[in-house]
Amino acid sequence: MSAQTALMQQKAGRPGPDLNTQALHMDARRESLRLLALLSPSLLLVFAIIIVPIGWLFWLSLFDEAGALSAANYARFFEQASYIKTFITTFKVAFIVTGACVLLGYPLAYMLSQLPRRAASICLIFVILPFWTSVLVRTYAWLVILQRKGLINSWLIDLGVISQPLSLANNFSGVVIGMTHILLPFLVLPLYASMKTIDTDCLRAGMNLGAGPAATFRQIFFPLSLPGLASGVVIVFVLCLGFFVTPALMGGGKVIMWAMRMEQTTSLYSNWGAGAALGVVLLVVTLALLGLFQWLLGARATGVWSSR
Amino acid sequence: MSEDFGLPISHRQRLWLYCLGGLVLLFLIAPSIIIVIMSFSDSTLLQFPPQQWSLRWYQAYFGSLEWRDATIVSVKVAVMTVLVATPLGTAAAYAINRGTLRFNGTINALLTASLIVPVILIGIGTFFLYARIGLNNTLTGLVIAHTVQALPLVALTVLSGLRSYDMNQERVARSLGAGRVAAFWQVTMPQIRFSIVSGALFAFITSFDEVVVSLFISGGETTTLTRRMFNALRDQIDPTIAAISTCLIVLSVVLLSVAQIFGRRH
Repeated sequence: MSAQTALMQQKAGRPGPDLNTQALHMDARRESLRLLALLSPSLLLVFAIIIVPIGWLFWLSLFDEAGALSAANYARFFEQASYIKTFITTFKVAFIVTGACVLLGYPLAYMLSQLPRRAASICLIFVILPFWTSVLVRTYAWLVILQRKGLINSWLIDLGVISQPLSLANNFSGVVIGMTHILLPFLVLPLYASMKTIDTDCLRAGMNLGAGPAATFRQIFFPLSLPGLASGVVIVFVLCLGFFVTPALMGGGKVIMWAMRMEQTTSLYSNWGAGAALGVVLLVVTLALLGLFQWLLGARATGVWSSR
Repeated sequence: MSEDFGLPISHRQRLWLYCLGGLVLLFLIAPSIIIVIMSFSDSTLLQFPPQQWSLRWYQAYFGSLEWRDATIVSVKVAVMTVLVATPLGTAAAYAINRGTLRFNGTINALLTASLIVPVILIGIGTFFLYARIGLNNTLTGLVIAHTVQALPLVALTVLSGLRSYDMNQERVARSLGAGRVAAFWQVTMPQIRFSIVSGALFAFITSFDEVVVSLFISGGETTTLTRRMFNALRDQIDPTIAAISTCLIVLSVVLLSVAQIFGRRH
């Protein structure tokens, strides 16, 4: 009888006093509150440690040294030659390192994707182990290898190839070599993962239809691997822009990159407004690049593992 | 069907590819191997291969009070980070896995923020915040900052474990009268414990190897190993660092192997 009334009321377009629906609603709501409670400690921590300070720094960047609202901190970037030089250096390093990572990483990922499973997983260890080794350890290793009295120079002199040591560390080339080594796994791992999903049947079909190995690669495999390559390139490029440790240790004070500039402005000169402005622009550029990539490929760019 | 040898291209035709790939692998692994070998050298000069072997750089490392204190600080911070980040990350992954919450996109973006925001900005921001609330140069401050860095790794690792687990099993347990906590603890937890352990190991390495944020917020009594190494490298290249680096490499190998073994048993 009551069920009939409810049905009639529903048909009439009025929400009936359906106790069951209401109870379910309450239950669902309580459930999401519980889930939110599980999430809240993590979200609070992230909010307090990342969002609040960045917002605060952004606020600071809007005021000049006298405390008046102004765009002076941002105008500086276009006016002072030293800032312009920093940006040019940063982008130059980022382009060269990303290019080197593509040149080295693509053949490696391709080989890994073609190897039998067992061999591939053994080779992968050589990619993952450096990935999880401290950036400091790897930078130190390159300092040892590349410096004036380092391994490369002493070997080359012993072999009689050169008489004067080459300057490989403490300059631009040292920074590029060290950063390429550190960032290479960030390109290889996503590229390898996407290459593994390419259907071998497509390649087999191409070869069946008369394409040689080179044509199959160029016309089928390479286009299919482009999304994976693009995500690796974006990750490496973005990490380059904010990279600190290697340029600070291997640049010899001559290669000033964006992150070093931020550290100097805040720690050395205590100019928080200028440092904050640099950080805000860096964040905006990073997010813009990731957003552009996501928009172009519709892929998820959040696979950026720890950006140390 | 053999998926491995699907293409009619012989290994010989691929020889150039194997050579090229092998060289890149060598480029990746050689620096670590060189450091490990050099750490056993007897010379203060950087010779490779070393003429004479000794453990003097390890003695220098373990004998130095400064290095020992820094190592103890790093271990303490890493252990506490694991203890905080693992439960928090697991809880977050559990909630995200349900996928019933509104603002799921926002929640994901917030949780993975520390992977996307440039780490130098996090370092400066954290230093700035800590200066106001007096957390610079404290263990608590370091643990909080490292927890934020480790959270997304734990959450993503546990989430991938939960994705291959059928949540209906927990519902069955609850319908049979188990409470929420009991159902999670006795049914879900044993099946995702390998992902939780992997997540905890990643949290440990993340904290132990973290450089940039520690550079800003640690100092004095709470100088971490990485901060001391960074400063030492700025001054000169002391072979003691080769010994410390070797210890760090061994630590990474051990933790990764444990994660791998746990993953396989899963």
